Amino acid sequence: MTEPLLRIRGVRKEYGSRLVLRSIDLDVAEHQVVCLIGGSGSGKSTLLRCVDLLETVDDGTIHLGTGELTDPRLDANLARRRIGIVFQAYNLFPHLSVLDNITLAPRRVHGVSRKQAEQSARELLDRFGLADKAQEHPDRLSGGQQQRAAIARALATEPELLLFDEITSALDPELVGEVLDVVTDLKQRGLTILMATHEMGFARHVADQVCFLEDGVIVEQGTAEQVLTDPRQPATRRFLSRVLDHA
Amino acid sequence: MDHGTTAALNQQATPPDENYRPSDRERERQRFRRSRKRRNTWIAALCTVLCLVALGAGAVASPGWERVHSLFLDSAEFRSSLPGILRGFWLNIQMFLIAEVLILGLGLLIALVRVTRSPGLQPLRLAATVYVDVFRGVPTLLLVFLVGFGLPALRLQGTPTQPWVLGVIALVLSYAAYVAEVLRAGLNSVHPAQRNAARALGLNERQTLRHVVLPQAVRNVLPPLLNDFIALQKDTALVAVLGPLEALRAAQIKADYDFNYTPYLGAALLFIAVTIPLTRFADRLQRRAAQRTWAETGR
Repeated sequence: MTEPLLRIRGVRKEYGSRLVLRSIDLDVAEHQVVCLIGGSGSGKSTLLRCVDLLETVDDGTIHLGTGELTDPRLDANLARRRIGIVFQAYNLFPHLSVLDNITLAPRRVHGVSRKQAEQSARELLDRFGLADKAQEHPDRLSGGQQQRAAIARALATEPELLLFDEITSALDPELVGEVLDVVTDLKQRGLTILMATHEMGFARHVADQVCFLEDGVIVEQGTAEQVLTDPRQPATRRFLSRVLDHA
Repeated sequence: MDHGTTAALNQQATPPDENYRPSDRERERQRFRRSRKRRNTWIAALCTVLCLVALGAGAVASPGWERVHSLFLDSAEFRSSLPGILRGFWLNIQMFLIAEVLILGLGLLIALVRVTRSPGLQPLRLAATVYVDVFRGVPTLLLVFLVGFGLPALRLQGTPTQPWVLGVIALVLSYAAYVAEVLRAGLNSVHPAQRNAARALGLNERQTLRHVVLPQAVRNVLPPLLNDFIALQKDTALVAVLGPLEALRAAQIKADYDFNYTPYLGAALLFIAVTIPLTRFADRLQRRAAQRTWAETGR
């Protein structure tokens, strides 16, 4: 087995006196899709934010490739260029058109020419069914369209690793499918994805690995089939029966 | 669960329904709303006219009305004074425009210094805080006196001596402090998630400020910013105490010469003629900003 792309070891994170991540160990190999599941407050989002350096860890290490992300001497801006993240609340820039949202980072951070950045952006929009929305501002788009635009924005810098933080949680049920279709497409193209999700059916469909988090540790980890249909841990079973009963 | 809803990707707007006719009940509702609206318009107009008549009658019936009328509302005096005041008012406009540009620049600089976190700027941050505290606390008129008479008294090489320039300097010093605070509030009003999203894309702090935070901040505070400029437009009259021939000074000279206060009224009308359109413009921006906020949070 080759070195994993993302290597998380013993990561701990506290907010004040509240311990959110106790000790997380996790590997994500290249071209893998790893889903984080667990109740709200279990630390899924915090873990993703630690990987993207939006939070500093309180202990442990995170490596991307051969570089250590948790080294305080590291230029966070350089590290973030290799990672793309999509948020639950889209967080598109409301004062920019969809096209400018997508081309901002390639042009300003990666020094791509406007012409080339816009051409790549239009290809992405086309792929995601948003070709006619390039000049619109985000407030003119539906939630599903905004989230697809946000994914396009994260992809525009060609990151090595994609982080999805409950990207369908703010969407109406009938709009969830269109966003998940995009994720399936990305998996088929061989991208490496670490995602927190509430969509158990989708996790089963797309994930190579599923990790169940509770109280800041990974309680159970395995293939989607194993964790979701034949969980070994009582905590996982409790969580799944709670979630699936209401689905 | 269903992942296969690609059809939803290309939704079309529903075509207009040509066979639709409003029901009798709906037509009746519309008739009622129209008549109610007509009635309200009449009531509003009637009340306004009654109030104006009562106020006018009260003024005319007051014992001093004859004197007030001849001292403040002399139409011949008004006509003869207006050209001079208008010439003076042109100086007010010039001072306003020059001061506005300088205030925006200085205010923005101070606001940016106050919100950035880089350790090397600590002395500047302190200076900016002291500046805002001091110049927001001193009355603008006092500042005009201090700069107008104090700066030339220093007899430094290269200090301006024209009164209107000194007046503009005083206005800039005073208003930049206010505008800096408005802009700082705007910078802080941008949601932290926006900054996070920008940083996550690899933008550095400067790029994040320039391309993501500042444009949204300015948009958020445009109405209060315009309010400050309306106040500035009026306060250009404070420079009159230094002696340049602007509208208030011109009116004052004429009034003293003719023993009649009508020129003051002329000057007041000129200021109103500029501030009212500006105020309406600010109102409209504020309404549009409110609508936009609703649209964003309303989904």
